[in-house]
Amino acid sequence: MRGFLRVVADLYRSDPRCRFAFTAISIVIMFALMSFVSPQDPGSSYYAPPNQPPSVAHPFGTNSRGQDMFWFLTFAVRNSLVFGVITAILSRIIAISIGLIAGYKGGIIDRIMMVINDSFVVLPVLPLLILINFIIREQMSILQLAMVIAAFGWAWDARLIRSQVLSLKEREFTYTSVFSGTKTSSILISEHLPFVMPIVLSTTINNLLWAIGMEVTLAVLGLSNIGIPTIGTTIYWANQHQALISGVWWWIAAPVAISVLLFVALYLLVVGLGAYLDPRTRLQRMKGVLSDERA
Amino acid sequence: MSVLRIQNLQAYYQSTLYGVTRNVKAVDGVSLDLRANEIYGIAGESSCGKTSLIKVVFGAIKPPLTIIGGRVLYQINDRDFDITQTNDETLRQMRWKQVSYILQGSMSLLNPVRRVRKTFWDFTKAHEPVIEPEKFEATTREHLNRLGLPAEVLDSYPHQLSGGMKQRVAIALATIFQPKVILADEPTTALDVVVQRGVLQLLRRIQQETKNTLVIVTHDMGIHANIADRVGIMYAGRIVEEGTVKHIFSEPRHPYTKHLIQSLPKIGDKSKRQSIPGAPPNLADPPAGCRFHPRCPYAKPICSVQTPELSPIQDERRVACFLLTKENAHVS
Amino acid sequence: MGKSFLTYVIQRIAQCLLVVIIGITITFLIPRFSPTDPVEAVVNRAMMMGQFSHPDAVEMMKDALTKLYGLDGTLGQQYVRFWRGLLSGDLGPSLSSFPKPVMSLIRGSLPWTGALLLTTAIIAWVTGNMLGALAGYYADKRWSHVLSIIAMSLHPIPYYIMAFVLLVLLAYVIPVFPLGGAVAIGLKPGFNWIYISSILRHAFLPALSLVLVGIGGWFVGMRALVTNIVSEDYVTYAEYAGVPNRTIMYQYVMKNALLPQITGLAMQLGLIFNGALITEYVFNYPGLGYLAYSAIFAGDYSLIMGVAVFSIIGVSLAVLLVDLAYPLFDPRVKHQ
Ligand SMILES: Nc1ncnc2c1ncn2[C@@H]1O[C@H](COP(=O)(O)OP(=O)(O)OP(=O)(O)O)[C@@H](O)[C@H]1O
Ligand code: SF4
Ligand SMILES: [Mg+2]
Repeated sequence: MRGFLRVVADLYRSDPRCRFAFTAISIVIMFALMSFVSPQDPGSSYYAPPNQPPSVAHPFGTNSRGQDMFWFLTFAVRNSLVFGVITAILSRIIAISIGLIAGYKGGIIDRIMMVINDSFVVLPVLPLLILINFIIREQMSILQLAMVIAAFGWAWDARLIRSQVLSLKEREFTYTSVFSGTKTSSILISEHLPFVMPIVLSTTINNLLWAIGMEVTLAVLGLSNIGIPTIGTTIYWANQHQALISGVWWWIAAPVAISVLLFVALYLLVVGLGAYLDPRTRLQRMKGVLSDERA
Repeated sequence: MSVLRIQNLQAYYQSTLYGVTRNVKAVDGVSLDLRANEIYGIAGESSCGKTSLIKVVFGAIKPPLTIIGGRVLYQINDRDFDITQTNDETLRQMRWKQVSYILQGSMSLLNPVRRVRKTFWDFTKAHEPVIEPEKFEATTREHLNRLGLPAEVLDSYPHQLSGGMKQRVAIALATIFQPKVILADEPTTALDVVVQRGVLQLLRRIQQETKNTLVIVTHDMGIHANIADRVGIMYAGRIVEEGTVKHIFSEPRHPYTKHLIQSLPKIGDKSKRQSIPGAPPNLADPPAGCRFHPRCPYAKPICSVQTPELSPIQDERRVACFLLTKENAHVS
Repeated sequence: MGKSFLTYVIQRIAQCLLVVIIGITITFLIPRFSPTDPVEAVVNRAMMMGQFSHPDAVEMMKDALTKLYGLDGTLGQQYVRFWRGLLSGDLGPSLSSFPKPVMSLIRGSLPWTGALLLTTAIIAWVTGNMLGALAGYYADKRWSHVLSIIAMSLHPIPYYIMAFVLLVLLAYVIPVFPLGGAVAIGLKPGFNWIYISSILRHAFLPALSLVLVGIGGWFVGMRALVTNIVSEDYVTYAEYAGVPNRTIMYQYVMKNALLPQITGLAMQLGLIFNGALITEYVFNYPGLGYLAYSAIFAGDYSLIMGVAVFSIIGVSLAVLLVDLAYPLFDPRVKHQ
């Protein structure tokens, strides 16, 4: 945990991209948390005059269904974030297991797993998701949608994790563990996982980004449970009510602006983290630290 | 006759991290005289500053490496050129014609997606912009032939060559214009012993034919014994002893050199070789006085206070140690 | 290592076949293992719209659909029938445009998607890599940082949002481009400037949104690659030897940095294709994406199946092409 905080502090201090990312993400999370003190239930409508432009009373305006966009969006953003996080975690479980097993077992098992893995990497996922959601969209809860999307979102990261394991495998400590008869599973967990964690962190954010974007895409096509407020379904309903044509632009501008802010921030975090994890810059930093400590 | 004089050269890696400036004193007061027609070896453990010294001598000075003081004088047409002061264009013209540099880590000196011929073409064109393809082809083949390399390498991509062949090609590239000075940094370190011998023979052959100055940098004392005429021993950014190869190996004078020579494997010697306790100093904060004093078995009080100068003690021999310098000889 | 060029080609073809087989098998299994079966879904939706309600009619409808969708018989029989239909180019009739076969609808929209995807992917890849390489080579210049910031803010935006924002800005607010479609309505197809310019005008916004998102990604990747490659020994060696900057930039740095970007292109084609689908929907562009949307809207299950199957085949073939082009750029595969 202290290591984690130190990484965050380092990133914040040394990288303006991360500084922006942390700030923007904090704002979005705070916004989502405000849903817990919302005076309005997202299910109720016509509690406010419809189609009001942004004002002091309704900072993001109101939509054609008489809902306050500010409070409505706090729920939508919260749900999208929760959905993204669940998807990322679920697909992480698959990616880590496959990456660790393939990388560690090696040989024919690795070969077979990677050939299958690569097929999942290049497979166009959207048509398959459209097919699935077309059949079962009505009953889909956030968790179920997360499960479906996670099932297609692991392949790329599994490959990254595997290559990380391959480079770790060459290290001495694994050999000593193997000779001293430690069980495979405990080698995986106690020795490799800590080294793989940074990569996992960066791919998790990437995956989160992809998942939230995918939800928007499916929702806009009318392929998710349109009863649950999310960033995607908000845009869907705005389109259904032809918000732009009737001049209620804030109905769409608000979710679009929030999601762009969130996407750019998350992506900058990935980029910053990538630079931080780059072996070259990492080595330089470590050199600096080491000789400082020796001095 | 000296072709290259290094005078009291100081070059540090300067970096600023979180507002604190750090100086890694990689080269700290080096003076050397290199002559025409000799092979000069620079020896010393890893991280003692060998590569940094060579970089400065080649004029490859870019941040964080910074010149703090001293000069590097090349003698060209009876005039001295200080390579640390020349402008970029002069530097560009001097390189490869006057001085070439074969970098350390030479397994990757060739562009993996370019045929060797193209690389020769690029390197040649850089200094003879109007050369015709036929002339280029002829001179390149002649050059390879002189070095005993097959002309077929020109048609190859680097991955099709063996490690030794790659290194030979890199050396051939460095010598297309027969420069007066060749700087070779660990030219054989990545190669196995048999291949090493071939590469060393190639280097010696080039030197003998062109009568130029070859500077070989390596931590491997065996190679120096094999090829060098004179050897300079470097420790923590300084030259601590210099002499002919015969003297250095038969009667080392500086305690560090003694240690280096003693730790060489000897045929038939089964006794366990002793090693000096401790590690080389951190060049960001080297010890005061003689930098070897924390590890030196003969250290005296003065050693941690004053810095011994590299002073001549006999012909062709200079040592930086208070045990040997005349002024201090009677003090002890 | 030791891999001949021929083995490489065979390997890539095998991998491509495998992708197709895995993808199509998943497509086959999805409706058969999902909690609701597609017949149920389609019939429910039809009933909700009040199209028919007599129980017998519903039963008959269900039977007919089950047969039509190939959902009768054991799983094995269905699987064999599925492949046989596919290989003979028969995906059944489309329900929403009955009795038009699904195949002919797909054949009509495939060229639009293909052209859009191909041109935008190439433009984005080439421009993104060129700019990224320059920005990486001159990494401490001011313009390099500015370009990076722009690229990093464009790339993470989902295709849908990018398309939507462009639509609003350049078709509604400042109406310089048409709202959607592929050509002006009523225009006769022909090889003349009016028709072609109309096609280009209509394709511009969808293409622009795909290109903008794409450039950002390639730019960022290439810039990072180049900043690493400029410190490779072979680059330093050439610099020391006085080889001109231009040659170093193109022949030493870029040619090496492009290799991972070519592999990257192959790996990303699936993602780019997803983007093209959703962009087509936003601009009513008559490709596979728009076809998929109308199929969802009309509850046309067999058409959705068809779109999924052909997306998989199309993307796999495109990936194969990129893979087969790779050895042209990497002598380590071609000359062994
Ligand atoms: N770019 C750099 N920035 C900061 N310090 C550096 C840099 N390059 C080298 N150093 C430091 O300078 C010192 C001398 O390094 P140098 O590479 O010259 O040693 P060397 O004798 O060539 O070692 P080796 O035998 O390992 O090649 C070392 O302490 C090294 O850590
Ligand atoms: S000067 Fe002193 S410390 Fe240095 S080598 Fe000589 S005796 Fe040892
Ligand atoms: Mg070195």
